[in-house]
Amino acid sequence: MLTEFLQQVVSGAAAGCVYALVALGFVLIFKATGIVNFAQGELMMVGAFLGLTFVDVFHLPYWLGAGLAVVGMAVIGVVLNRVLLRPLAGQSTLAIIMVTLGMSILLRAGASVIWGPETVAFDSPFSRKSVALWGVVLSQEHVAIIVATSVLVAGLFGFFRFSRLGIAMQATSENQLAAYYMGIPVRSIHALTWGIGAATAGVAGIMLAPVAFVHVNMGFLGLKAFPAAVLGGFGSIPGAIVGGLIIGIAESLSVLYLPEGFNNVAAYILLLLVLMLRPEGLFGVETARRV
Amino acid sequence: MRHAMKRSYRDDMRLFPHRGAMLAYVALAVGLLALPGMAGNYMLSQATFVFVNGTVAVGLMLLIGFTGQISLGHAAFFSVGAYVEGVLLVRGVPFPLALLAAGVGTGAVGVVVGLPALRMRGIYLAMATLAFAFIVEEVIVRWSSVTRGNRGLNIPDPVLFGHKLGSGTAIYYLALAVFAVVLLAVINILRGRTGRALAALLDSDVAAECMGINLAVFKTIAFAVSAAATGFAGAVYAHKLGYISPEQFSIQLSVEFLMMVIIGGLGSLHGAVFGAIFVVVLPQAILLAKPLLPQHVAELPILDTAAFGIIVILFVMFEPRGLNGYWVRLKAWCSLYPFYRRGMFKRGRIAAADLVKH
Repeated sequence: MLTEFLQQVVSGAAAGCVYALVALGFVLIFKATGIVNFAQGELMMVGAFLGLTFVDVFHLPYWLGAGLAVVGMAVIGVVLNRVLLRPLAGQSTLAIIMVTLGMSILLRAGASVIWGPETVAFDSPFSRKSVALWGVVLSQEHVAIIVATSVLVAGLFGFFRFSRLGIAMQATSENQLAAYYMGIPVRSIHALTWGIGAATAGVAGIMLAPVAFVHVNMGFLGLKAFPAAVLGGFGSIPGAIVGGLIIGIAESLSVLYLPEGFNNVAAYILLLLVLMLRPEGLFGVETARRV
Repeated sequence: MRHAMKRSYRDDMRLFPHRGAMLAYVALAVGLLALPGMAGNYMLSQATFVFVNGTVAVGLMLLIGFTGQISLGHAAFFSVGAYVEGVLLVRGVPFPLALLAAGVGTGAVGVVVGLPALRMRGIYLAMATLAFAFIVEEVIVRWSSVTRGNRGLNIPDPVLFGHKLGSGTAIYYLALAVFAVVLLAVINILRGRTGRALAALLDSDVAAECMGINLAVFKTIAFAVSAAATGFAGAVYAHKLGYISPEQFSIQLSVEFLMMVIIGGLGSLHGAVFGAIFVVVLPQAILLAKPLLPQHVAELPILDTAAFGIIVILFVMFEPRGLNGYWVRLKAWCSLYPFYRRGMFKRGRIAAADLVKH
């Protein structure tokens, strides 16, 4: 009984890590640029396809291919920012939501032109192997996801805390104008944020691909990253991670304990509860707004 | 260009700004009533879809374009309307009652969704409505004793005063009637006291509250009316198709509804109708253009949506006033000829999307 519970918690945490990574990119972009990127899930999908192309089509070694895919995603993020989002600076939330929604559709259409509508399997070095830990059997893929997420988050934490560039990015998200006056190149910082945000989504896609197959509509999973981000307080990076984990674990536990169907909507029920009870999220701070 | 002289609030509230407008609308109404006599089945069917979409667009425009609330969940309201209509008719409830229940019931659901919305704005509201839409979809799938779940529901033909209204013409008139009633209702809401309160809300909800507008009441009204309009549209849609199933009401449909009002032009009921026409015409245009495209592009199942994606991005970037912006300029060009000048409507970098600030 306990083993079963632990099993579900760990596999939920693995799924949660994917949500967390997507939510992380989402939060990074939102914090720095104020843009709510509804295409984050689609960026994840493109990342998975890029990884698949480099590894299975060009026959590069797995790690090289995955690395190239992540770099490719960063480039795509920067380009999307330059072409579609920078011209919209200062426009309303709705206008930006519409453009990112349009962007998500275009990414899906583009992916189905380039890679076709089929569902493809993408094996990693961890596929079909497992480890046993205190009686809990885990697939190596799940462990890999959890480890990769931890490493990435630790790296980003160090970057934002200690590097000059990271601190400049924090300053930009705090107050763009003040950062600009301090000599921080705000536009380049935005571009960099998009690069990092898209690369994070790419990592999520590559980690998810061996577990869940690669297909054009896998980006819809990104819609579950929004509840994760909101749960954690929307502007908070540790919040996004915790939010993702909570949602992943809640989903997999609801498979075990709740009637069928609840696992599909557990994330959204949690989201509505949080929005009703604590709209600023678990880690958010309520800010006053000038009228 | 004709400027209607307004000397009092009463003048400002007139249904038609001047006599010419009244004539034009009467002519339009006569034309629409006579359409079944002139157009073929196919055209009639497309016109029916224009009215169904138009009803949704008018409702959504009230919420987004005139109140500044964002909803990503209107497909859910649409499905609630369709399912209430279908389930009640299957249980033998008379058609007029079922239709009323579809609209009013969906409005009630709108109130429930609107309540948490009182504490949220902008992106949070978008998320909440999105979550609501997913939950509704799941409920419809799982509650199969009533909705028949994924097997879908066959909708019986509506019966009015002992006459069966199954033909395309009858459904056309049904859609037209529902559209006209919803449109008039929304126009009347907008030109009265409620409309002014909503306009104040749109500019700044805090300022509106300071002026004594009860935010809770008016935000809820906007949500309820918008949901009810969408529910009526859903009921008509159910009759038009004769069969409904949960996957017809996905998140994609919500996005399509949003695109409809953005492409049409926020903050204008003309825009809502233009958007509805556009949404129906575009797939036809793409169908015609297909032979010109490379084959592997033409065979994409996602082609229509992709075209919408591109078009909505272009509109937001280059013509935020939407199709209505073109219409306003066309009217000005006609009435001012030959004195119309380019840039007459340019006022700095104005964006209709600025209307929705939060």
